[in-house]
Amino acid sequence: MSEVWITIAVLCVGTVAIKSAGPLALGGKAPNDRALGVLALVAPALLSALVVYETVGGEGGGLEVDERLAGVGAAAACLAAKLPLGVVVIAAAAVTAGARALTG
Amino acid sequence: MEAEHSDLHAGVRAGLPLVVPTLAVGISFGVLAQPVMGSVAPIVMSVIVFAGSAQFAALSVLASGGGAAAAIVAGLLMNTRFLPMGFGVAPVLKGGPLRRAAEGQAVVDASFALGSLGEGRFDRGLLLGSVIPQAACWMGGTAIGAIGGSALSEPERFGIDAIFPAFFLALLVNEARGGRAMGVAIAGGLVTLALLPFVPAGLAVIAAFSVTLIGLRRR
Repeated sequence: MSEVWITIAVLCVGTVAIKSAGPLALGGKAPNDRALGVLALVAPALLSALVVYETVGGEGGGLEVDERLAGVGAAAACLAAKLPLGVVVIAAAAVTAGARALTG
Repeated sequence: MEAEHSDLHAGVRAGLPLVVPTLAVGISFGVLAQPVMGSVAPIVMSVIVFAGSAQFAALSVLASGGGAAAAIVAGLLMNTRFLPMGFGVAPVLKGGPLRRAAEGQAVVDASFALGSLGEGRFDRGLLLGSVIPQAACWMGGTAIGAIGGSALSEPERFGIDAIFPAFFLALLVNEARGGRAMGVAIAGGLVTLALLPFVPAGLAVIAAFSVTLIGLRRR
């Protein structure tokens, strides 16, 4: 088997295992109060980390500040103005594309 | 905990705003992967691994000649975040162990965020439904890119790559109501930002979860 297929096979098995662990371990039970206190904060922590990573993460890792930052800034301004989700994402793409056209 | 109920249709509708960017990113994955993996492997990967950021991480290692072991580590590091996310959604999944594990595969970043009702509660219909258009576009986009080549190989020109952070930011604004969630969001983002220059991206993302341990303290 080539490197590519080994990578795909192990990633598949590993990802399925990671995603199955919680549902299998907890069953239908609700987690206790202290666990719930932690789990309630997983979504905000994840979303914030993803915003940072998707905005200034480089292609091969590392930090890379580029036109995405202007687009996400525009999205933040739209959200502050309470505009709908469609407007927010279109503004992000349009401002990023515009900034690239100007700088590229 | 009482499960929340939206039907799958509501979930599919909730996932529609991500159809175009997911398709575009899927195409760019196919285009970038084809020279490294050939035409078939990227499509198989998108079907059975189905985790965009992990696939890009593994691809970048393989493309630079890093070998299978390093590519696997990079990809799995990216996907480690699904561990706490899986524990979070577990209470609303249904059926026996096999079915629960299968439903748990529907957890991706967008479906998790769209299904989240705040305070650690989840809507099963939104979680399972919103992943359907995402999966179709991710797999379809990869196939278009890997077979058809480069018609849409530069989604960056259209600013498509800014759509995901903008979308996650919008979901975050909904999610971070209340002082504790807001504080965790800010601290988590700072942890990722601080680590990103020094460690693999997957590690920088999961390190943000360390701040959720503040939830162990009673209010």
